[in-house]
Amino acid sequence: MNGAHPPVDGAGAAMDEARACLSRTRMQARLWLAQRLSAAVLALCVLVHLGTIIYAVRQGLSAEEILGRTRGNLTGFGFYLMFVAAVSIHAPIGLRAVFSEWFSWRGKSLDWALLAFALVLAVAGTRAAWGVFR
Amino acid sequence: MTDPIAEEKRAMSRLKVSVWRGAEAGEYRSYEVPRQESQTVLDVVTFIQRYLDPTLAYRFACRVGMCGSCGMSVNGIARWTCRTHVTRVVNGDTLEIAPLRNLPVIKDLVTDMSGFFDKWAAAKGQFRSNRSRKDEFALVSPATPERRRADAGIECIGCGVCYSACDVVADNPAYLGPAALNRAWTLVNDVRDGANPERLRAVAGDAGCNACHTHVSCSELCPKQIAPTGSIAGLKRAVSLALLKGLL
Repeated sequence: MNGAHPPVDGAGAAMDEARACLSRTRMQARLWLAQRLSAAVLALCVLVHLGTIIYAVRQGLSAEEILGRTRGNLTGFGFYLMFVAAVSIHAPIGLRAVFSEWFSWRGKSLDWALLAFALVLAVAGTRAAWGVFR
Repeated sequence: MTDPIAEEKRAMSRLKVSVWRGAEAGEYRSYEVPRQESQTVLDVVTFIQRYLDPTLAYRFACRVGMCGSCGMSVNGIARWTCRTHVTRVVNGDTLEIAPLRNLPVIKDLVTDMSGFFDKWAAAKGQFRSNRSRKDEFALVSPATPERRRADAGIECIGCGVCYSACDVVADNPAYLGPAALNRAWTLVNDVRDGANPERLRAVAGDAGCNACHTHVSCSELCPKQIAPTGSIAGLKRAVSLALLKGLL
């Protein structure tokens, strides 16, 4: 006898469940951190974006003049890609809390739906940034 | 003919008290209670039970703000009733007394606190020593930052007022709540405790500290002037740091 206990029925399943639970906890903590970090990025991006809008309006720039400045501007394109990435991360995680608290919608169906929403935001945003860059 | 001044005095000297009767389903019943000097809300409830309706169920023990058993909702706000003077909370001459929110009602003003305390256990609220009986006593200076943080939350009496005041508990029944998280934070800062990586895991998920929306209702209403919101903010930082360091 080596002193080890024989495996108890269901012990393996319980361990698997405990691991899955820990993995979910880590993911939930990562989501929260991602939302906080993306909020910090958004705070900067929104200010720059609003400043750009106010500048364009006050200078009376036409659409053609604006496009003349954005086309081929890699800095502007990179900035808006970062903006789109922050929105695509931030908004779905915030909605996850709203849906779960207000409508009791929780679990995998919600996570998949919000992942799809994040992809829609990312694709639509990138398309818009590309549209004024190319 | 009645004397209007005497009649007004008599009316002013009485409280109109609505008290919740029943369990989850029930109704408010009205009572008239004589006003007294330095009268607490618990005095009012006790008067009703002793002189007007002996079937009224409520819970209290120490009457001096130590045991945390007399929490009730008074005019819609959670209070410890033994240390709440009527003059501070009365609305004209009316009081509405109900069981604490966010807890199942057993009867009248008595709530089932077991779920509340189960969450303390789920948040790993038990002290687990990192020393053996062969070690010397731990010498902990009260001036260290860790001990100061722990001391800021250590006086919790478990009355459930913060839990009842919390809108996140109302919206997310799995949420551990301010009291359990405050308890976890005191132990995270306890240098004698050895359960901290596990404890941070216990409070890191959707039901843990990150679910707090910082409404600050718990800190506003805590009868012991503890700020669970601050403790929860500390847990958020600790959980995020542990995550970044790969300890979670």
